[in-house]
Amino acid sequence: MSCAILSGAVLSGASAQEPLRAEVMHWWTSGGEAAGVRVFADAYEKAGGTWVDAAIGGGQNARAAAINRIVGGNPPTSSQFNTGRQFDDLVGQGLLVDLDAVAAEQKWRDVIPAPIVQAASREGKFYAVPVNIHGHNWMFYNTETFQKAGISEAPKTFDAFFADMDKLKAAGVTPIAWGGQPWQEALVFDAVLLGQGGKDLFYKVYRDKDEAAIKSEAFQRVAATFHRMRDYIDAGAPGRNWNDATSMVITGQAGIQIMGDWAKGDFIAAGKTPGKEAGCALVPGEAGYLMGGDVFVFPKIGGGAATEAQTLLAKTLLDPATQIAFNEKKGSIPVRTDVDVSSMDACARRGAELVKDPANQIPSVNFHVSADTVGALQDTITSYFNDPSATAEDFAADFASVMTAAR
Amino acid sequence: MATRIRRSAVPVVALSPTILIVLFAYVGTMGWTVWMSFTGSRLLPVNTFVGTEQYQRLFGDPRWLVSVQNMALFGVLFIGFCLVLGFLLAVAIDQRVRGEDGLRTIFLYPHAMSFIVTGLVWQWMMNPTLGIQEAVQSMGWASFRFDWVVRRDMALYAVVIAGVWQSAGLVMALMLAGLRGVDEELWKAARVDGIPTWRVYVSIVLPLLKPMIITSVVLLSIAVVKVYDLVVALTNGGPGTSTAVPAKYVMDYLFERQNIGLAAAASTVLLVTVLCVLAPWIYAEYFRKERGGA
Repeated sequence: MSCAILSGAVLSGASAQEPLRAEVMHWWTSGGEAAGVRVFADAYEKAGGTWVDAAIGGGQNARAAAINRIVGGNPPTSSQFNTGRQFDDLVGQGLLVDLDAVAAEQKWRDVIPAPIVQAASREGKFYAVPVNIHGHNWMFYNTETFQKAGISEAPKTFDAFFADMDKLKAAGVTPIAWGGQPWQEALVFDAVLLGQGGKDLFYKVYRDKDEAAIKSEAFQRVAATFHRMRDYIDAGAPGRNWNDATSMVITGQAGIQIMGDWAKGDFIAAGKTPGKEAGCALVPGEAGYLMGGDVFVFPKIGGGAATEAQTLLAKTLLDPATQIAFNEKKGSIPVRTDVDVSSMDACARRGAELVKDPANQIPSVNFHVSADTVGALQDTITSYFNDPSATAEDFAADFASVMTAAR
Repeated sequence: MATRIRRSAVPVVALSPTILIVLFAYVGTMGWTVWMSFTGSRLLPVNTFVGTEQYQRLFGDPRWLVSVQNMALFGVLFIGFCLVLGFLLAVAIDQRVRGEDGLRTIFLYPHAMSFIVTGLVWQWMMNPTLGIQEAVQSMGWASFRFDWVVRRDMALYAVVIAGVWQSAGLVMALMLAGLRGVDEELWKAARVDGIPTWRVYVSIVLPLLKPMIITSVVLLSIAVVKVYDLVVALTNGGPGTSTAVPAKYVMDYLFERQNIGLAAAASTVLLVTVLCVLAPWIYAEYFRKERGGA
């Protein structure tokens, strides 16, 4: 019996008409995410390939596993990273396939926002396939809770924001559902930096690493605004997961949550329609879309069928129909600006509309600095936020020293 | 002569796989880590020598300094409380109490759980919106507060509580074994002389328990240096960086933050710390005694 299976395997290995096999490593394991992966897998199988799913829970675990396999000489066909600089070293060491031929054929440069093109390419060549855009500066709220507190619409300025938070407090709910983990606190800080500080300050801080801008009064005002949010959170905030904070908003225990658009998935799962029961608005102030997202990279495998499988996969991931179907499930918006988003939910349409204008395409911190610096910034931000007596001035000085060290 | 050589060669040959494994898997990886700490490795290990750059960055990083302080404070409190509590529990059980087996199991049981489980359970219990505080307040004592995990100045003590709860039972088991080894005649003699019981424990039994105490301290010290999962489950280093520990620093930079060089430097500092603590003790315990015995 086993002999028969063996010889069968040998035979199929020898035949030239072998289906293109793609082993894809990713960390999309939660409900909406897994449904998104299914879209990719189905599209790839339809295009004539075989999708081998290698899901590993948790972004950092998945990346560590992928890097181990790439370095160990047994790379997967493709592996997920976040849009930004996480795979810099892999490109630098010449371990990734250059996708420029596919990119030119499908005119990626014309349909993908420039900052994403930049983040996916090194020295003018594509080394990654961006698959989605996540908005990082969303504010989600429960419209019912807002009505009860006497708030008619989402605040447009920070003065109105704090006035509304006071109303929520008076109505007996926790105003801000706060996820007390360093990355979440850093995410809120960046949203405030863009909203209150404006685009120029955001770029000066993260892109130019401008020490004077970081120590400026405008930056310290942003820091003070961020710190002021301490007055509107509950005692259980430290260490809280983002989805626990989301459920506080869903159940009406809390007013708003500032989070990336992946939180939308939890609202939908709880039977709330984005744009109706689940209100969404950008963080007050400057209207820019703080972009993050995911990419797939293709390690060098050694030609032949494996390379063909990689090319086919790259094409499939950016296919317009697949893009819409995938992003509907995932909660993000398509990375292509030329697709019809009318079937998506109200918040996604709003995001896609914003991203069409290059002036609103604001790349998040991951696009500008290494994972190492992102981590050091998180330490600085979380220490500042959690210390009731910390001053904006000291914080600015600490922040500046992290950024100047990263130059 | 030939037989003697053959006889001494046999153990060497028999042990050679072990020796090879020790050389490559333990000493080799240690050496490699130390070398990495002098390179500019980021996502991937590379061999570009950068001198002490990683160490300069490490000791300029406030989070690392907090981590080291936390480890020291945690270590002193954790080991101290575990020893005292473990000893008292052992003495209590040694009084031939009824249901001794059951009690022993209960006290030792926490040690059978992983730190992750301990951390999670204590996190729920000490979370002010879910656990003990909420329960007591809802029973009517509105001013009751027990919110250490979410307070910057107290969170580390919350970690100590969970750690002691987990490990005091182990110390108890070790001490109890020692107490059972104390000669019955000794107790009789003390009783005849009219020496108070507490005095016997302090002056006679404790010195006899020295090997158990040393074993406990070594086991607990290892737990202190590698404390990671307990902190991750209980506070995840927060609020802010107030419960940061070195092992978590290493893990963060190794995986999430993609800086192998810095993580290796932090591990090397840990290694050197352990060696500095262990070296005098090993010397005192083994080498001096041998010389004295000969």
